[in-house]
Amino acid sequence: MPEPVAGEPNGTTAAAPEPTARTKTAPTKTAPTKTPTPPTRAAGGVGTPLQERSGGVGSSPTRPDAAAKANGAFDYASDLEFPGMLWGHTLRSPHPRARLVSIDTAAALAMPGVAAVLTAADVPGKRYYGLIEADQPVLAIDEVNYQGEPVAIVAAETLDLARRAAEAVTVEYEELETHWDPEEAVEAGNVFRYQPVRLGDPDAQVPAAVVAREYVVGMQDQAPLGPESGVAVPSGDGGVSLYVATQWVHSDLEQIAPCLSLEPDRIHMAIAGIGGAFGAREDLSVQVHMAMLALATARPVKMMYDRAESFVGHVHRHPARMRYEHAADADGKLLYVKARIVLDGGAYASTTEAVVGNAASLAVGPYEVEHVSVDAWGARTNNPPCGAMRGFGGVQTCFAYESQMDALAEMLGLHPLEFRRRNAVAQGSKLITGQIVDAYDPERAGGPSNPGRPFSPLADMLGRFKDIPVPAVPAARDIVELPGGTGNTTHGEGVRRGVGYGVGLKNVCYSEGFDDYSTARVRLELVDGETVAFVHTAAAEVGQGHWSLQAQIARTELGVDRVELLPNDTKVGSAGSSSASRQSYMTGGAVKAACEAVRELWQGRDLADGPIEATQVFRHRVTKPMDPVTGQGESHVQLALCVHRATVDVDVELGLVKVVDLTCVQDVGKIMNPVALEGQIHGGSAQGLGLAVMEEMITEQGRVRNASFTDYLIPTILDMPPMRLRIVENADPEAPYGLRGAGEPPTLSSTPAIVAAIRDATGLALTHIPVRPEHLTAHLGRQP
Amino acid sequence: MTAPQATASFYRPADLGEALRDLAAHPEAVPVAGGTDLMVAVNYRHTRPAAMLDLTRIAELRAWSDEGAAIRIGSGVTYARICAELATVLPGLAAAARTVGSPQIRNRGTLGGNLATASPAGDGHPPLLATGATIEIASAAGRRTVPIADFFTGPKRSVLEPGELITAVIVPKALGPQQFLKVGTRNAMVIAVCSLAVALDLDARRLGTGIGSAGPTPLTAPDADRIELPWARPDLFNDALAEEFGRRVAAAARPIDDVRGTAAYRRHALAVCAARALRRVWTAAHGTEAGR
Repeated sequence: MPEPVAGEPNGTTAAAPEPTARTKTAPTKTAPTKTPTPPTRAAGGVGTPLQERSGGVGSSPTRPDAAAKANGAFDYASDLEFPGMLWGHTLRSPHPRARLVSIDTAAALAMPGVAAVLTAADVPGKRYYGLIEADQPVLAIDEVNYQGEPVAIVAAETLDLARRAAEAVTVEYEELETHWDPEEAVEAGNVFRYQPVRLGDPDAQVPAAVVAREYVVGMQDQAPLGPESGVAVPSGDGGVSLYVATQWVHSDLEQIAPCLSLEPDRIHMAIAGIGGAFGAREDLSVQVHMAMLALATARPVKMMYDRAESFVGHVHRHPARMRYEHAADADGKLLYVKARIVLDGGAYASTTEAVVGNAASLAVGPYEVEHVSVDAWGARTNNPPCGAMRGFGGVQTCFAYESQMDALAEMLGLHPLEFRRRNAVAQGSKLITGQIVDAYDPERAGGPSNPGRPFSPLADMLGRFKDIPVPAVPAARDIVELPGGTGNTTHGEGVRRGVGYGVGLKNVCYSEGFDDYSTARVRLELVDGETVAFVHTAAAEVGQGHWSLQAQIARTELGVDRVELLPNDTKVGSAGSSSASRQSYMTGGAVKAACEAVRELWQGRDLADGPIEATQVFRHRVTKPMDPVTGQGESHVQLALCVHRATVDVDVELGLVKVVDLTCVQDVGKIMNPVALEGQIHGGSAQGLGLAVMEEMITEQGRVRNASFTDYLIPTILDMPPMRLRIVENADPEAPYGLRGAGEPPTLSSTPAIVAAIRDATGLALTHIPVRPEHLTAHLGRQP
Repeated sequence: MTAPQATASFYRPADLGEALRDLAAHPEAVPVAGGTDLMVAVNYRHTRPAAMLDLTRIAELRAWSDEGAAIRIGSGVTYARICAELATVLPGLAAAARTVGSPQIRNRGTLGGNLATASPAGDGHPPLLATGATIEIASAAGRRTVPIADFFTGPKRSVLEPGELITAVIVPKALGPQQFLKVGTRNAMVIAVCSLAVALDLDARRLGTGIGSAGPTPLTAPDADRIELPWARPDLFNDALAEEFGRRVAAAARPIDDVRGTAAYRRHALAVCAARALRRVWTAAHGTEAGR
């Protein structure tokens, strides 16, 4: 049983009250940690034969963190405060590429109130870290490879002083030639990964229609509202505790410990209140730096990036340049797809390797095609490092293949939905990697059999739009309902409506042979005569509602009303990352397994005799790496589908866009929490909308031009339309409760749907996202 | 464990006289009202004022008054109040105020602050240019007024001298329809890619124009203002006239390429906005659009 974190401020306060004093000092009955075989259940079956329970699985109880987040009482990582605390600040390179000639810290150190100024020479242990490959210096060594790379760190009595001290550090740089073109990097062999996929013989086919186009995807940022923040507290015996907003605390620990030259058990890590993540908190940010400063000064050190620093202090979504060639036969069946995909990984590896794997394996989407030639690269440049962001390699190619599907449908004279339906994968189809689509089998679930025609969830989803009409154009509208909004640019002048569709296929959980698991410890105890379940995991609540989900599962599985969540920290085994739409599946699965174990131990026992506790490790099925030459291999755990229809009004003279409706059909396997699910679909769709029409980190030869919310625009309520959702529950027999990860798929499909709708309104090809006003007006030739 | 601070002085004058004396004694003090520009610059470490002069206690600056032919708006009047209280008499300025930031920003940000920052993208500037407003400036030495067209001298530069405070803006009441159009890549809460104000004076039969975010300063478009309008036969107004006005406005702009948009797009968008604005004000003044 973990000890309650009495007296320690942390962001989980709202959700993780300390367990009340134990009733007795009775011995705890504990089951040994074991890894159960993943459950196999009938499709559509919900794991536990317990009755519907208030606040259980399938309901939408109020989130444990809801009130505190709404009234401002929630402790985000940036709210942390410890007695005697110093403030840390990072000095970053102003150049995208330069040699470090010298660093002079004397003037900064001489400032009263400055406690430490550290450089690469002060890193206690390993000088590099990374999520997959440890290639990123904790602090720059001899050279800097991107603008914003950390060069030195400062601890001082106040944040302002730490910043001024950083300005007083004199760094002599010798600027070097910047490699900012990812295509050139690929040509030079400067890549993090190359992954081809080969299937059949595309060149031997005789198509009826061919579309070849090039697509560009700009660099999107996760733009979490909570900046990178945390506090490191020295334990007094050479160890250190870290309270930090992170997506995967155990992965942090694995990377931090060698850099600090500490055994992992000397470092305690707890997740502090997270203000959004979206992939931006997978890589380390403040962790090693604040720990170094805390160990050097023997005082707690807080770091908190400001907005500009946040924009350069985390990785971004990979910008992409893609050339696609799609061909179909006269019956409207895809004949072949060729794709050349260049993702810009920036200066350091981060997760580029895995992103390239996703881009390659999902390169044609959920469509059957027998002849494929895909080449995908992750380039190394002097641009800002790119890594994880919601959609993770699936987003860029989805924009390209869906644009291609529309173009080909138009050439064939087919409705976009009909062309997709003809090519939709079905139960038993193969992806281009050879992976069999184990989608959903109504027959296996006891539903109607349809011999000779395997069930296609996608075809079924595409068919659902016919019952949901496109909204009518209102007779009179306020300016806020029109493109340009409060800017009063149109009262209807130049406005044309368009409708478009987008389909996204996303892998859920980590792929390509990664041994992924989650751990949960559940303890059942009588507290003042009431049965209470204490749930302890290291899973990050990033805003998706995972805390609520854990409590729901415990209520359903154990039949208790009261569930207390313990702080998410390293005192329990790894939960893996709140990434890849995996946490409901993985930690949900672990909590369920631990509850089941507790339930077994509970048989014939009275809780008055002592608490019951079980720890379980949950694993998904084994996957395989992609073949390095052919790309073949069952690389993904689970597949999830989402389809969007976007309706837009475009001011075609000014190039301004108003998305007036997004209708979404998503297959989630099982609705675990209706309200949280809707939130995920709304949010994912909004992030996809942002990429479609406004969100882009603009770089010029490696230099970021818009690291602020003034010029990096994210959608407001006037940009995001109300949504109509149709949730499909095609259960996955291998997943807990049959669920499918739901957070990412909407981010894939909303972007191409919106761009397709803008194409429909304007008649323009639009191969570049975000679509900017000048893309929509350049052809008008009215520029004097 | 006392931290040595970078000491910054903060003056809180109770009235204008005290403010002007403070400013004369401490010319380095940066006046602050809503702080919606200044504090962003401080947060981004673009500036680190050694002293600040808080204007929020000065009642005189926070009031507007009806001066007959014009409204005298104290420099500390917020955008929210301009929207709520002056939309009938100053429709162009109120429309511009409505596009400033978010409701929170409009509750704090002031017209005087907008002018003092003198950003070419300041939303308040084009309607002031279109209506020929006058800026009232005070210092310990006395008061002076500056026509808005002479106020801006460069990007974020104005005729304001050290020791001087903007006290009020005198805006002629609307004598005809006015329009403000602001182009941004988001449907709200966005810095203008370009903006345009048009004011039609039915008494003087005169057109006024102000351009934002399309030059080193907010601009007027005198050549566009001189376009010959069919005052005697309003029904002769047509698209060709509107488009000619658009061309003249675009020609008056001096835009650059930046992260918010290209120069070519800005000129194009101004031409479109100007044609629309002129059609709207003409139609509003003369009834349904004839001859289109």
